[in-house]
Amino acid sequence: MSAPEVYEVPNAPLGQGRATDEARLAGASHWRLAARRLRRNPGAIVGAAIVVVFILVAVFAPLIAPYDAGELPGRAEVRPTYIPGPSDEYLLGLDRYGADLFSQLVWGARASLLIGVLSTLFGLLGGLVLGALSGGLGGATDNVIMRFVDLLLAVPSLLLAVSIAAIAGQTPAAVVIAIGVVQVPIFARLLRGSMFAQRGQDYVLAARSLGLSKRTVTMSHVLPNSVSPVIVQATLLLATAVIEAAALSYLGLGGGSPTTAEWGRMLTSAQNELEIAPRLALWPGACIAVTALGFTLFGEALREALDPRSRKR
Amino acid sequence: MSDVAGLFGGEPLLSVRDLEVQFRTDAGSTTALRGVSLDVHPGETVAVVGESGSGKSTTAAAVLGLLAANGAVTGGEILFDGQDVVRLSAAEMSRLRGAQIGLVPQDPMSNLNPVRRVGSQIVEALEDNDVARGSAAQARTVELLEEAGLPDAARRAQQYPHEFSGGMRQRALIAMGLSARPRLLVADEPTSALDVTVQRTILDGLTALTARLGVAVLLITHDLGLAAERADTVVVMYRGEVVEKGPARQILQNPQHEYTRRLIAAAPSLASRRIAIAKETGDADVAAEDLLAPSLGEGVTTATADAPAAADAGARPDTIVEVEHVTKVFKLRGRGLFSRSTDFTAVDDVSFTVPRGRTVALVGESGSGKSTVARMMLGLTEPTSGTIRFDGVDVGSGRDRAAEVTFRRRVQPIFQDPYASLDPLFTIYRTIEEPLRAHRIGTPAERRDRVHALMEDVALPTELLRRYPGELSGGQRQRVAIARALALEPELVVCDEAVSALDVVVQAQILHLLADLQSRLGLSYLFISHDLAVVRQIADVVCVMEKRRVVEQGTADDVFDDPQTAYTRTLLDAIPGRTLELGV
Amino acid sequence: MTRLILRRLALLVPTLLGLSVLLFLWVRALPGGPATALLGERATPEAVARVNELYGFDKPLIQQYVTWLGQLLQGNFGVSTRTGRPVLEEFTNRFPATIELTVVALIVAVGVAIPLGYVAARRQGRPLDHLTVVASLIGVTIPVFFLAFLLKWAFAVNLGWFPSTGRQDPTMIATHPTGFYVLDGILTREWDASWDALMHLVLPAIALGSIPLAIIARITRSSVIEVQDADYVRTARAKGLGPDRLRRRVILRNAMLPVATTIGLQVGLLLSGAVLTETVFAFPGIGSFLANAIFNLDYAVLQGFILIIAVVYALVNLVVDVSYGFIDPRTRATR
Repeated sequence: MSAPEVYEVPNAPLGQGRATDEARLAGASHWRLAARRLRRNPGAIVGAAIVVVFILVAVFAPLIAPYDAGELPGRAEVRPTYIPGPSDEYLLGLDRYGADLFSQLVWGARASLLIGVLSTLFGLLGGLVLGALSGGLGGATDNVIMRFVDLLLAVPSLLLAVSIAAIAGQTPAAVVIAIGVVQVPIFARLLRGSMFAQRGQDYVLAARSLGLSKRTVTMSHVLPNSVSPVIVQATLLLATAVIEAAALSYLGLGGGSPTTAEWGRMLTSAQNELEIAPRLALWPGACIAVTALGFTLFGEALREALDPRSRKR
Repeated sequence: MSDVAGLFGGEPLLSVRDLEVQFRTDAGSTTALRGVSLDVHPGETVAVVGESGSGKSTTAAAVLGLLAANGAVTGGEILFDGQDVVRLSAAEMSRLRGAQIGLVPQDPMSNLNPVRRVGSQIVEALEDNDVARGSAAQARTVELLEEAGLPDAARRAQQYPHEFSGGMRQRALIAMGLSARPRLLVADEPTSALDVTVQRTILDGLTALTARLGVAVLLITHDLGLAAERADTVVVMYRGEVVEKGPARQILQNPQHEYTRRLIAAAPSLASRRIAIAKETGDADVAAEDLLAPSLGEGVTTATADAPAAADAGARPDTIVEVEHVTKVFKLRGRGLFSRSTDFTAVDDVSFTVPRGRTVALVGESGSGKSTVARMMLGLTEPTSGTIRFDGVDVGSGRDRAAEVTFRRRVQPIFQDPYASLDPLFTIYRTIEEPLRAHRIGTPAERRDRVHALMEDVALPTELLRRYPGELSGGQRQRVAIARALALEPELVVCDEAVSALDVVVQAQILHLLADLQSRLGLSYLFISHDLAVVRQIADVVCVMEKRRVVEQGTADDVFDDPQTAYTRTLLDAIPGRTLELGV
Repeated sequence: MTRLILRRLALLVPTLLGLSVLLFLWVRALPGGPATALLGERATPEAVARVNELYGFDKPLIQQYVTWLGQLLQGNFGVSTRTGRPVLEEFTNRFPATIELTVVALIVAVGVAIPLGYVAARRQGRPLDHLTVVASLIGVTIPVFFLAFLLKWAFAVNLGWFPSTGRQDPTMIATHPTGFYVLDGILTREWDASWDALMHLVLPAIALGSIPLAIIARITRSSVIEVQDADYVRTARAKGLGPDRLRRRVILRNAMLPVATTIGLQVGLLLSGAVLTETVFAFPGIGSFLANAIFNLDYAVLQGFILIIAVVYALVNLVVDVSYGFIDPRTRATR
């Protein structure tokens, strides 16, 4: 080695100092660096903590909730003008029908997690397939898919969800499909745009020049470099899904009975008792908002971690 | 330095003393400038020369009081007309800027406010510096634009920046920087973003104008040739420190510091001879010795079996590429349903040949069509008409998959931007191994040996194999790109502006590496570049492209010593510092 | 500019045709078919058979679609099964209320968000900035109808500062030449009516405007932060531009470009949010009517309203795109 590049400054432009601490992680991949940045972001920690608590509550609902979902232990104590508040027996009091509010909230977490995760998975899968076809094949396929996506985007999102829920029937599955379909065009557009941006990059041209097949180039170079924004968006849309699920059940879609443990439904039925028991609305509302906040905080932090340039914003 | 004082006597207009600048970052603070001192006398032009990261632009920003928000002057002083500008309040500094110290920034594309008319951007400068107001300011603006060499200034003043070409924008920025008749003009790489011929005229204009107005100039540049040609005094900076300063001629002919010597040796605009010749005559050569490294890995028998032996390919003086009457027309799709598509000719009737084992350079400015030729040569775009034959076989249409794969193995690219040409998610090992694996060459163990051998070929330590591209410097990445291109033992390498994005010293190293690999492996190069000075160092045959056509071609010596067309002469004249004599 | 508008209008045609096909098939795909859509869930089989024959639901799909499309083009969007009145009439009666609400909501959102985002960006990293970032996060994550609940509960039910439902006090007698109540009061000089209508708008507008407010504030902040680091801002400072001009002509003017786009994108969100907000405040606009149609599965109304809203939505987006040309000179030349 007689020609070390003595006079070459490492790639950190002065005054930005980004290499200094990351250089210590020699051989660390893009994803490991992102995980490291994530751990240092207070927003990510708070967001992750909320999400973890929410998931734990949802998974261990049977252990946490004192009463079963739909069980009405205090049916006898509720009168039209009086709903018992917090007590030793009922941590947060009873609801209109005599169910334990705390238990209902715990079971509601499970319903929200299921609907949120399943619908986002649905949207993600649909969007990934459409986006990858569009971005990978281009041409006529791209044109057809994008016109279809434009159609879905021509209707305000809640109305689209409502229309789909109306055909799919009055079941929780209908809500999952409705919210998922609304997300499909968002993911599809995002992935397609991201793939088109990557396709023009020199490293993709280099890969093509190596004689790699179009499929290999797409699968091993273009797609892996295009998924970051999609993953970020999926985290953010989990928040939206939880809120939209509540909105749909507020509009009377989504099935189940008035006593079903689901935050949106609880919030809806609480509005009749707003004057005598505002806590019936406050608790489920706060649960929805905090859960959505957790996913949003984590998603934003993930965006910053995966694309450090966006950090300042 | 006594003769400098003799030329420009008296008190300096600007005197930077022991300047230290620090930037706060997440990882603590970094010192960007350390003990920087320099003087600019009234009417003098002082050039600050250095590579990226040398602190030359930070020095300029400090003088203007425009350091980034996380930067601060932590020591020393900047005396302008005897007054320390570091100690001025924000309001006082704001009065000084524009009126006393002007700026011509680097990139004409990003330095004009995109949403306001060009004229009104100068009018507001005149008004806020109390030079003129209202219609007087408007009239003055037109005068200033004319003075900066902008034709049809009155109409142009009413246009928006996006309606201007790069050169026109730079003229507008010069008019703006000089609008309030400052006594010092900071010109931060004023032409490095422009085409060479435009560079020349803009610089001539700027030099004439500042000389006439008696404005002192602090010229920031990476180009030693340009600095020596334009400046009275040259200050060489390296890693935040001034390593050498003195009269321009003295620096060039009798450099004292080791770094300056390297810079001069590497500067393409100054070294005018081909590297191969330079090597034969035993001239200073940085990268040569270590590259006489071990030959190819022995384990790679399958790879070499069907490929023509590279070593004796160089001995055959036949033609590897024939480009005949190639034209490329792009259809620009109109927006919307009813607009018709328009044709855009990118390459017009281009013909040339590449002799085996030689380097053919395609030179031209932006928009000349040279990169489109490169893409057609790589088979990434098909020509509209004409033929490209590689080793007698048509590159264009109708290849089956097998022919395609064979072709890909024999022709490889190296791209301009080493930051974009490597997949950020692949380790260096995977990057170099990918072509071998894709073509199912060798066993995993053989492939590993081959990757190690390639790393040695391009003079990179094998420790880097575990790293990701993001952790490497620009020069290291370009070496990785070369190693990847060589993995399949190609016969032709298409270098598309392969050294343009690199600092001069690294650029010289990569050029030497390319030259050395060529002589050892018998490679043929199609070398695309806008930089004639670089081309001179590496090319055997030069094709000059202007406006989509080849206007001149011949051996490098013929083209450089006896150019036949006016355009080639313009290009040659535009190389900064080519008439200067060297001391190395 | 005229050519741009014409071209965009032409592009709208295939989108709306596609949407009409989807909505047509949608009603056909309903459980029980289109007759149920007209008669409601509890229709007798005889009634269904009669309707099928009367409306030609037994004819081939293509023929049905062409007939239906012909009716749409003549302004016949069908009849609401719940109220028995034409869908178009129901829409036009209620649309002014929703326009009034969304416009006030957007004014509140933009009026608060832009100054807030700008100030936060200029004080980046200080307490006010952090507060803005956190508040805008909460603004995005709190469900619109929950916020509407809270506002109603606190300021209407408990404090009694604002009316809790409707657009006008039932005892108020006023004439309505335009259907925009605040404007009507001004036109007819019935100031008390105007004031009353405005008070009815305050809480719904705040609830509806909360999400756009949060989003616009965030975009303004990040856009200003990005613009103030731009080369042309540095150059403007280097030429001696005063702080006032620097702020107005350079930073704000450029930072507003992405903000303008974002404001345009809020229209869909506002229309979605109106369904929920209007329901909470029993505000008689298209949103609450739609919510009722959803409760009662009034498919004719859903089908018609969604199509009309899509047209309105597309036209608003067109206006946004066209006005963008006035803000950014670069888009003028390229089109």
